[in-house]
Amino acid sequence: MAVQNRRIGDQLWVRRSLIGLALAITLIMLVIPVVVIFTQALSTGWSAFAGNVMDEYTLDAIGLTLFVAALTVPLNLVFGTALAWSVTRFRFPGRKLLITLIDIPFAVSPVVAGLLYLLLYGRNGWLGSWLSNYDVQLMFSWPGIVMVTVFVTCPFVARELIPLMQQQGSEEEEAGVVLGASGWRIFRKITLPNIKWALIYGVVLTNARAVGEFGAVSVVSGNVRGETNTLPLHVELLYQDYNIVGAFASASLLAGIAILTLIAKAFVEWRQSRAEHATPEEGGA
Amino acid sequence: MSTSAQAGVAPVRRLGRRSKRVLPGFGLSLGISLFFVSLVLLLPMTGLVVETSGMTWDQFWFTITDPRVVESYKVTLWTALAASLFNGLFGLLLAWVLVRYEFPGKRIVDAVVDLPFALPTAVAGITLATLFSQNGWYGQWLAKIGLEVAFTPLGIVVAMAFTSIPFVVRTVQPVLEELSPADEEAAVSLGASDGRVFRKVIFPSLWPALVTGIALSFTRSLGEFGAIIFIAGNTPYVSEVTSLMIFIRLQEYDYAAASAIASLVLLASLILLFSINLWQGRYLRRLEGR
Repeated sequence: MAVQNRRIGDQLWVRRSLIGLALAITLIMLVIPVVVIFTQALSTGWSAFAGNVMDEYTLDAIGLTLFVAALTVPLNLVFGTALAWSVTRFRFPGRKLLITLIDIPFAVSPVVAGLLYLLLYGRNGWLGSWLSNYDVQLMFSWPGIVMVTVFVTCPFVARELIPLMQQQGSEEEEAGVVLGASGWRIFRKITLPNIKWALIYGVVLTNARAVGEFGAVSVVSGNVRGETNTLPLHVELLYQDYNIVGAFASASLLAGIAILTLIAKAFVEWRQSRAEHATPEEGGA
Repeated sequence: MSTSAQAGVAPVRRLGRRSKRVLPGFGLSLGISLFFVSLVLLLPMTGLVVETSGMTWDQFWFTITDPRVVESYKVTLWTALAASLFNGLFGLLLAWVLVRYEFPGKRIVDAVVDLPFALPTAVAGITLATLFSQNGWYGQWLAKIGLEVAFTPLGIVVAMAFTSIPFVVRTVQPVLEELSPADEEAAVSLGASDGRVFRKVIFPSLWPALVTGIALSFTRSLGEFGAIIFIAGNTPYVSEVTSLMIFIRLQEYDYAAASAIASLVLLASLILLFSINLWQGRYLRRLEGR
């Protein structure tokens, strides 16, 4: 058709200046900061970088951080999937409240989150004082770090799954029920393949946040070098010691995980859009 | 096998009453969810209630109206407001450009927008502090025009804006994508100027999402800690945010004072969370025409 359906902002100069401005903001706010992390980390050369990363305390911090993530991610994977299943496949009173409640960790300051756990499980807390009778100390040691990390990361898997599972509906699973499949089999053979990529991205996000949590962890950790120091806390410690290059060496490891997270997201979105194009009746509506 | 078969049978029996509950696993999935929500999210709040209820009203009031703490509320509120408004403007621009235009590097920009969510806040904090320090890449240029960002409240705004800009982009983007071109094209062909079309046709369907994004960005900024403390300078009465005040009271082992301030912050963030969810539910219903 020769008739041009012009939409606003289509003129060349408007388009160019808006794109230019957006690119400038992205560069200044998001790209250059990442470049700085790596240039600072490598500012005294590769061997110094390797030395900083291979430092005994840094390795301890990496170990603890991976350990915390390894405990946190599976817990929140089970919780997030169960929650998404219950709120998207069934209607029940309090359903909306439950969906709002899982957003609490997004709204609450991480320092407040750490404080909540400290007050409850600390030596003076009502649960903590009872536990200390049995010589169980959760705060200022790794269990406390795991607990607050579970708190701050628990919405991610559910938040990725809920919109997708709502959109997909439950017809396929209901067909499975009619055909006599067991619940577990329906989940494995029908639900899981449909939500696979969102689930993976939820796990990636959970992991990124678990590895990088700072505020909540710093309240309950006690910051003992080599024992309760996670990688983000280690970054702070080095920075306060004016070991800037060392701090950025550890920071660059965390930035590397962040970049991998973004790549994973782009990949998952690409897979999802491909899946939608492959089965157009799902993509529509 | 037998347990899953039973789980499959139970809802079918209820079919007459609640036709929705055809699928198995209601008890199990809701059970796990409720157990987890109670244990992880709700139980810890009891500690705060116990701690603050041990204080008299006068003690509580004295703690939360301490001049240094009050100053921290003011600093936190205006910096969070400034940061979320900044994000409203530039987040809208980014979303607009990503939805409306094709340009080289678009997919990279789209991916990089999520960086602040993926990057640990402490890493963001030391990076921004380094960039804006007096001899940093940005700081030395800003110093020439007499603008100091590091170790001033302006630094807090920068840190808050960085950590929360994805909220605006990601709430506005889907709405822009769904916008039907028909009204817009009609207005343009009738000779309305671009600015007028934006104000009269596009903005009315866009602003609920924009407000949601700004509100989310504001909520996140109010609680931000890791990114801020490295760049703020943390001068009492000048550049201390409220989450830092809680942290300082904790380091002084004044758990009661920390709890009193925290209970105020927690209340504010819960009210914000519930308001945003109510607001979102309302305008989503309107969009879906229900």
